[in-house]
Amino acid sequence: MFDRRFSQYFDWGILIFTIGLGAIGLLTLYSAVTSGAPCYQSILYVKQLIWYCIGTLFVALSLIFDYKLLDRWAYAIYTICIVLLICVLVGGKYVGGAKRWLSFAFISIQPSEMVKVAIIIVLAKYYSRHANTKGFSLRYLVKPMLLTLIPFILIVMQPDLGTALLIVLIAGLMTVFVKIEKKTFRYLVLVCALVIPLVWIFLKDYQKQRILSFLDPGSDSLGAGYHLIQSKIAIGSGAVFGKGFKKGTQNALSFLPEQHTDFIFSVMAEEWGFVGSIVLLFLFLILIIWGLNIAYACRDNFGTILCVGISVMLTLQVFINIGMVMGLMPVVGIPLPLISYGGSSIVTVMLCIGILMNVSMRRFVFE
Amino acid sequence: MKKYLETIDCDWFKRRLIGVVFCVVALFIILILRLFHLQIVEGEELKRLSINNCIRLQDIDPSRGLIFDRNGNLLVNNRPSFNLNIIINDAKPIENTVKNLLQYMNISEKEVIAKINRSKGMFMYKPVLLKKDIGRTALASIEAHRFDLPGIDVNIKPRRHYIYKYCASHLIGYLSEINSCELKSDKYSVYKAGDFIGRFGVEKKFEQYLRGKIGGRQVEVNAKGRVVRVIKTVNARPGYNLYLTIDLKLQKKAEELLKGLAGAVVAMEPLTGEILGLASSPSFDQNNFVVGMTHKQWNLLISNTYRPLENKVLQGEYPPASTYKMITAIAALEEGIIDRDSTFSCNGSYKYGNRIFRCWKKSGHGNVDIIQALSESCDVFFYQIGHKLGADRLAWYARKCGLGKITGIKSDQEASGLVPDTEWKKRRTGNAWQGGETLSVAIGQSYNLVTPIQMVVLTSAIANGGVRNKPKILREVRTAEGSIVCKRETESYGKLPASEDTLKIIKKGMWETVNGSKGTAKNAFIKGIDASGKTGTAQVVNSSIYGDDDKVEKLAHHKPHAWFLAYAPSNDPKIAVAVIVEHGEHGSSTAAPIAMEIIRLYLSDFTQIESELVAE
Repeated sequence: MFDRRFSQYFDWGILIFTIGLGAIGLLTLYSAVTSGAPCYQSILYVKQLIWYCIGTLFVALSLIFDYKLLDRWAYAIYTICIVLLICVLVGGKYVGGAKRWLSFAFISIQPSEMVKVAIIIVLAKYYSRHANTKGFSLRYLVKPMLLTLIPFILIVMQPDLGTALLIVLIAGLMTVFVKIEKKTFRYLVLVCALVIPLVWIFLKDYQKQRILSFLDPGSDSLGAGYHLIQSKIAIGSGAVFGKGFKKGTQNALSFLPEQHTDFIFSVMAEEWGFVGSIVLLFLFLILIIWGLNIAYACRDNFGTILCVGISVMLTLQVFINIGMVMGLMPVVGIPLPLISYGGSSIVTVMLCIGILMNVSMRRFVFE
Repeated sequence: MKKYLETIDCDWFKRRLIGVVFCVVALFIILILRLFHLQIVEGEELKRLSINNCIRLQDIDPSRGLIFDRNGNLLVNNRPSFNLNIIINDAKPIENTVKNLLQYMNISEKEVIAKINRSKGMFMYKPVLLKKDIGRTALASIEAHRFDLPGIDVNIKPRRHYIYKYCASHLIGYLSEINSCELKSDKYSVYKAGDFIGRFGVEKKFEQYLRGKIGGRQVEVNAKGRVVRVIKTVNARPGYNLYLTIDLKLQKKAEELLKGLAGAVVAMEPLTGEILGLASSPSFDQNNFVVGMTHKQWNLLISNTYRPLENKVLQGEYPPASTYKMITAIAALEEGIIDRDSTFSCNGSYKYGNRIFRCWKKSGHGNVDIIQALSESCDVFFYQIGHKLGADRLAWYARKCGLGKITGIKSDQEASGLVPDTEWKKRRTGNAWQGGETLSVAIGQSYNLVTPIQMVVLTSAIANGGVRNKPKILREVRTAEGSIVCKRETESYGKLPASEDTLKIIKKGMWETVNGSKGTAKNAFIKGIDASGKTGTAQVVNSSIYGDDDKVEKLAHHKPHAWFLAYAPSNDPKIAVAVIVEHGEHGSSTAAPIAMEIIRLYLSDFTQIESELVAE
């Protein structure tokens, strides 16, 4: 199965950028958890390192197999992920009012992270079969819609509106990429425009309130709004060159919420300033464009759509997370790929990058 | 051919990929512009803010709702209390601050230092409570020396104040501080450490009305921790005010009458089910719970044999004794075992099998009909009709009259009482029901247990013509501004299992009890008040239940409990009362005067109001 020629096509570039981002992530995480008062979080960076290793192991193993196997196993992977999501709802662990975690003997996993990849794979399979130059008509879109709706509902029930919407966005953008028939597209836009206000009318007051404060955290000036102010202060106070490694006061004095997960960019921006932040953003940009380039070079439809899906996912996560901590987006729990702490997130993103490498390696091989 | 055209080759995707790249770059440009704005344009200003770390969140606690009686008399309010806090980061140098503080305050240095050390790190910027409820004099000296005490802060917290000590304590209940276990549970997620939470009675039951909604403000503070500017305020919503159904005057009178006794009084408006007064004696001072009790105070409360913490109206289960005869009478009349004119002869005792069942009156009552039997409380009469009814039919009527289950009044753990029947006994003891036990049940002197609240509901139902109204203690809920949030309507469980004629007979019997020349409560008769009632003398030591061996207790504990149920005026009932005095001996001598006095007070108020209305 494994061909010696693959090593000569091995994509060193993407590996280097991934390692670079991972290193920045670890360094920032180290600062985020050790600068403040010592607490149970102080060893999180060790755990994160272990997760990177596990992720790397998975990637190395996955490279042996041809990514076309994903095409064959797409529905199996999807089904497993859906079952895991149902398990979460049934026997998940409550953390902060939501059931998102499934705990096993010594680790907890977050199936909603894996679902993102599963959706990308299953849609890539479907679209690669049915794509045509005219675009998809409504009849052909029913199945992808259902495939997206099932995990969406299951994740909304956790409840984790952020991740659920992210999945819809990824699926939607992938569909736009493979083209929707013009008539159908107009029709869909019209339906959305009609349905959304209708749903609004039928929502209960407290549900409206939740959505309003979700859309406008400024209205919640004592909770999320306060965090946002502190986050903006942290980022802004980094100015051009930053305060220096482990010298971020906003971080050290625990003004930042979730400074090791969702708000980790604030920690980085405070310590490394505009210069450091730009470097990070460019690393992400290059990684994503690299992924799109792999899609460009790929010669089969499945591989192309798969790589586009993964690039779209990375773009959305970077944009939403960094946009959120800078006050461009509502505060939702979307992790920053490769930087935020979290085993499920790290392993998922690493697997995605493994898929990109896989596609890249096999671009010249024909069956 | 067509198919070939429709399938896509890679070049088609490649053209679309260029669009994707443009979108991605555009999104990154947005991020970079925003970053530029925050870090370069606003960088210096945000840096200044971060250096002082000067934005703080402060909570605004809502003031808890007030509690009034039915006439708008204030029963419970909040008084200001002053809490001493320290914000560690602002109190530098901390040693000096603590030293200065100890000069003005009477607190131990060790305690202060321990509290500060515990809070270092996590809570550097949050106020840490040093001492609760410092007095006004301590406050004055702190305020006078503010400059020596950076980071020391006194905040005013409202504290619950029960205006009338010992008054309606069981009904109103009390608050205490939330504990760490509760704070961890999701149910109490809106609470924070230091909050007070209703623990008992109305305070607990209507917590969601009383609590209000927390507010807060974002403030900018200077290096010394003083507020320089308020950035944003979200006002707290004060809790709703509760208007209870109780009448303060009647409540106080009931408590005064019970002073020195163990027992309970409950008064209800028969037509609406509104509780006019609910007293359980001995009582306790609720303020002690709010301030915090010493071990000694607490031990005194819980070791008291007369159980001051128990709400005897709801939780006290007593043998109903002769007050149960009304139920036996209803059952017998409804089942056609007797009618208005049936008579039985009582010669002081009744022989059943080889056992002798005595009447309380050794010489016997002679020939009695149902009305005499009720008013003179003739046991022999009821032995005979009880025997004819049987235990299970009697139990069915008792349950239909609301005994054996909770009334569902909005208050704490209510006891259900007990209505014994043959099945219950089989299940409970494994032995079959004895015929003689039916006779004891018929006079309320067997396994039967009732609570005063059940008996007042029963009395009200008899008085108002058979409608069993659910007792209620809350009349209405108003916002702090006075607009009505909700009103409690009268709810009814249904009717007594008795026809109008039956009730007329029962009422006549109860009228004779107070007004007749031989009535058991004739001594309690008050001129000018047309009351009806029923006495009860509940034997505590009953040889048939306890056996003779138990007679080692102190004599006082052998004395029977005294019951009296009454309503007035007889034909237009405005008040129904149930009184129990533990070990009060005779219903007629201890319980009846209490009930009558309450009725007199309440009705005199009524006539006064009516005459005022007429005068207008």
